[in-house]
This record gives sequence, structure tokens and C-alpha cells, in this order.
Amino acid sequence: MLDFIQQLVSGIALGCVYGLIALGFVLIYKATEVVNFAQGDMMMLGGFFVFTFIGLTGSYWLGALLAIVGMALFGMVTERLVVRPILGYPQFSIVMATIGLGYFLRSVAGMIWGTDDLQIDTPFSPHKGVGTGKWETTLLGVPFGCDRERAVCNAGGLVLGLDKLSVILVTVLLCVALYFFFNRTRLGTAMRATSENMLAAYYMGIPVKTVVSLIWAISAAVAACAGILLAPIAFIHSNVGLALGLKAFPAAVLGGFGSIPGALVGGVIIGVIESMAGRYAPQGWKDVAPYIVLLIVLLLKPEGLFGLRMRKKV
Amino acid sequence: MRFIFKTDYDQDIRILKHSGYLWSYGLLLLILLAVPFLVGNYLQSQIVFVFIYAIVGVALMILTGFTGQASLGHAAFLAIGAYTAGFMQLHGVPFFVYFPLAALLAGGIGALVGFPALRLHGIYLVIATIAFASIVEEVLARWEDVTNGNEGMRVRTLDLFGLPLPRDGAGFYYLCLAVLIGVILMSLNLLRSPTGRAFVAIRDSETAGKSMGIDLAGYKVKSFAISAGITGLAGALFAHKMTFISPEMFTLLLSIEFIMVIIIGGAFGLHGAVFGAIFMVMVDPFLTALKDDVPTTIASIGQSLGMAQSAADQLHDTMSRIGSAAGLKGAIYGLIIMMFIAFEPYGLYGRWLKVKLFFQLFPLYKRATFKRQKTYVKSERNR
Repeated sequence: MLDFIQQLVSGIALGCVYGLIALGFVLIYKATEVVNFAQGDMMMLGGFFVFTFIGLTGSYWLGALLAIVGMALFGMVTERLVVRPILGYPQFSIVMATIGLGYFLRSVAGMIWGTDDLQIDTPFSPHKGVGTGKWETTLLGVPFGCDRERAVCNAGGLVLGLDKLSVILVTVLLCVALYFFFNRTRLGTAMRATSENMLAAYYMGIPVKTVVSLIWAISAAVAACAGILLAPIAFIHSNVGLALGLKAFPAAVLGGFGSIPGALVGGVIIGVIESMAGRYAPQGWKDVAPYIVLLIVLLLKPEGLFGLRMRKKV
Repeated sequence: MRFIFKTDYDQDIRILKHSGYLWSYGLLLLILLAVPFLVGNYLQSQIVFVFIYAIVGVALMILTGFTGQASLGHAAFLAIGAYTAGFMQLHGVPFFVYFPLAALLAGGIGALVGFPALRLHGIYLVIATIAFASIVEEVLARWEDVTNGNEGMRVRTLDLFGLPLPRDGAGFYYLCLAVLIGVILMSLNLLRSPTGRAFVAIRDSETAGKSMGIDLAGYKVKSFAISAGITGLAGALFAHKMTFISPEMFTLLLSIEFIMVIIIGGAFGLHGAVFGAIFMVMVDPFLTALKDDVPTTIASIGQSLGMAQSAADQLHDTMSRIGSAAGLKGAIYGLIIMMFIAFEPYGLYGRWLKVKLFFQLFPLYKRATFKRQKTYVKSERNR
């Protein structure tokens, strides 16, 4: 039983990484109805940025902040150069353009940072014990504790690395913040309006170009967060974005493209299925199981779990 | 400029619109028939790959270009065709049996994929085809009795009625050419039939098509099956051309390459599939040639502009270092896709039409003839 729950927890941690990348897909889709296939590669670039900035500044937190800002700027530049010239043309051509962008980013990153695997040390990764000390307590008869030296937390026998815990926390926080941003703020409403009908939004006085530019910046910043959080867990190399992007994409679709909580839920479902299939199913099912579940869900609910179903009246 | 006065519908849907078609395509056919006697082994082999890519391009054009259903899973259909050919040949089935069987099997599985596609559109369909392709890839790697797993499968020389057609020989070239011509003629015929018109109607507006009495489900499944079947044919040829097939040859990247074929060629006519195939296959040797020649050329230009010998040498070294950097090909691929979509959305075939019209109308050509109407994005969710 404990083994099962342990698999569940590590699946959730993995799923949150997918969810975080899926969040980037969803944001751009929500505001412009563009599907950005280069989202995984932007995450990869964010990972390389944080590696470089930590090297330059020597501080993890400053490096992470600079990487997020740098990626936001990068997102705006990408929007200006790649997306804006073709905005308003059929969706599929924009998808192809972002696939091209992905190719371009992968090989340029490979040329700049080389093809070796890079890894960064963080205040909560086990390689570099920043502090020692333990903290233990008992709540409702279940022992809880944190061990800074080994960088793990445990709760009633379950063990979870601090680095993975940070992924879960940041993902949930970002989801909640962005959800309220889209549904409660003026700018969020403007973004939703833009996605419904650009021309009408423009007539209503919404600066459509700025809105689109901003959403690319936000999405790239979210990708940078994913890269920063992933860097201590997995190695960063130029192809990591493609592999993870391909897992995050089903997550976004499963949750229903365009729904922020859907991205998180979809990511967690994909992550848990993958982790369970890797543990309990025969070899080879690990990579396929998420896709099979995805196909079944799409057959039953073609608009995903949280997608909006709308019909056009003729 | 030629004006054709059409008097009946049969004339409108005729494949050879006027006698000029006969001359130009006849000449092209003669040149293609003469190719094995004219060019070297390497180029001939590349042209065979152009034929195979063009067959897949035509298949994808029917599905994506004419029916409007995107697919990023065509590498899987190619794999099904290739493995059917390899497996059947291993068990002594003759070519004229397993070649159509490869198409039938791929087509049947394509129809099965078409069923979920009935309820999906846009990005959901793309992800469903990606999911299907990954499942097929994994099955190929795991079903070791049939596919020999990750170790891959050797495919023996093609044997046509007792006549061996080695992969580099002229015979194989003619076979691929014949299959390509057959597929193109079949597709042209299909597209001028009621089925083809139904496909185009579905692409342009599902709602309008439905209200005209078009059976959306039936035609979508048909489109998927036909497209997958043709890709299966290409797969059988591909297996014989490669002589060795393994699951990692049929990944998502190959599917993306096929989509690039029709995007670069121009996704609105069968010509586009052929143009795109030529481009995608030939860009590789072209880049390799550039890698060798460009540094020397740039250095000599620098020298003729009064650069010192040492500086010119340095320039040459820098250029060749950039040229041989790992992954440069990917960057150039990416740039090509982005630039085609931004500057030439009609693809190579569109450019061809523009050049042709320029000379036909000279000096009255207007750029605005081909200007695309920008439509402001309205939500596809409300479709």
C-alpha cells in the first residue's frame, strides 16, 4: 500500500512538471488560439538561461529571477518576429511556424551550450547540502519531518525530495495565480476577449497587439519556471524540450485546451498514469499508457475534461 | 494567354485541360524515363526518395490539403506498409500480393483512426494522430515475433514476377515512378468525382457541407483510409529502398517532415506534394554541398575586396566551423519552415503559379492577384 502511495506521489510530482509546461500551451491558446509547439523548447531554453545566469551571478535566486525576466523578453521578441507577421492566417500555418521555431531553438541551443547534459545545484537539491538540521513533528498521530541534509521530506513513511516538492508547490501556486489573473483582472478579461474575436476586441479599445505580446511574455516566463524547477531533477540538454513537450501536450489536451485548472489536472493524470504503468505494467507500457488513456478520453469527451463545449448557430 | 471556352461540365473536370498539358507532361515523362541513363547513382537514388516522399505527400494532400483534417501520424502508416512488406516477403509471399496488401492493411487501420477523428477537429485531432503514431511505434518495438523489435528487420531485394529489382537499379526507379504516376492519376480522378468534391466541401465548411447532405462521418473515414492506404504503398517501396527498417525510423520527426512536404510545396494542389518532396529530399545534399563551397567562396570574395591573406584564411576557418557545427541542419530547417509560412504561404507551387502568371500577363501582372485576405482570428471553439 505504501509503495502504491509512494508511486502516486512521485507520479504527481512528475505530472506537475507536465502541468507546468501544459500551462504555457494553455495560456497562449487561451489568449490567441495559437498552439505553440515550441513550448517545450522554450522550457529547455529557460533551463539553459538559468544555468548561465547562475554561473554569472553566483546566486540561485538571482539567476532564477534573471532567467524568468530574460525568457519573458525572449517570448516578446519571438512574438514580434515569428507570430505577428502571420497572425490572422489559418491556425495550422501558425502551428507549423512554431514547429519550425522549435527546430530552430533546439539546434541553436545545441550550438551555444553544446550537447552535453547540464545540471544545476539548488538550495534544495541533495547534492549540495546547504544547511543541516532536522525538523520533526507529529500531527494526528502521523509523523511529519524534513531533513535538510538529505533534502527530503517525509510524512508517515512517504518520502519526497524537496526539489520535487518545490515543483508541486510552484505549479499549484502558478495555476491559482493565473486562474485569478484570467478571471478577475481587467487584463485577463481583455485577453479572453481577444481570443474570442480579435477584431471586436480591437473595436472595444483593447490594444490587441500589446495583449498578444504580453501573453507570449507570460507564457515564456512560465516556461522558464518549468525549466528552472526541472533543472535539478532532470538533466538539461537541447532535446529535453521536445520529449517533455510531447508529454505535456497530451496533458493540455486531456484537461481541455484552454482551461488553466485543466492543464494541471491533465498533467497530474498523465504523470500518475506514467508512474503507475512504469511500476506495475509490463515493460513498454510506460510510454504508451498516457496516450491510450488520452485516446479513450478524447473518444468519450472530445473537448477534454474541462474544455468548453460550444456550438455554432447557423 | 490561352482562353478556354467551356461548354459543358465534362470539359470542366477533364484532367488534360488542353493540348499544352499533353506536351508539357509528355516531355516531363520522357525526361524522367531517361534519368537512369543520364545521372549518376547517387542522384538517381535521391530521385527515388523524391518519388516515395511525393507518394506520401499526395496521400497527405488528400487528407490535409483537400479534406482539411490535419495528421501528424503518417509515419505510422508508412511503418505499417513497410513492415507488412518486410514480414510478408520473409514468408515467401510474392510482391504483387503483398504490395496491395500493405495498402489495404494501412488503409484499414487508417479507417480505424478515422473513427475517433469524426468527433475531433483542429488541435485535438493532431494530438490523437500523434498518440496513435506513438502507440504504433511502441507496438513495432515490442511485437518481436513479427517485427524483430528494436533490432530492426532486413528486407530482401524486391522480386517482381521472378525479376529481381535491386534498390539502386533502374528497374526499381521505374517501379517507383510508375507507382507515383498511378497514385497521382488515381487522386486526380478521385478529386474530380463526387467524393473529391465532398472532401473539399468538408474542408471549407463542415456545417455547410452537412446541410448540403454530405455524410461527414463517411467521407472523413474514407479520406483517412485512402490517405493511409496510399502511404502504405509508399511504405512498401520505402522498405525495399532502405533494405533495413527499425521502429526508430518512423518517429514523429518523420511525420513532421511529411507535413513540411505539403506546407513547403503548397497545400492546395497535387503539384505541391511533388514540389515539396523535391525540396525536402534535395535540401540535404544541397546543404552539404553549400557547406563545402561557401567558406571558400566567401574567403575569395573577402580577398578580392582587399583583405589580407591571413584574415581571409581566418574568415574561411570561421565559416567552415559554423558550417560544420552540429545541428546546423535543424536550424536551417526551422528557418526554412518559418520563412515559407511568413513569406510564401502558398508554397513552391504558389510561387510557380505566380511566375507563370507573370509571363502570361506581361506587362499587366499585379501583385495583388495573390494577396491573401487577412482574417481576424475568431474563436475556433465556437465552430
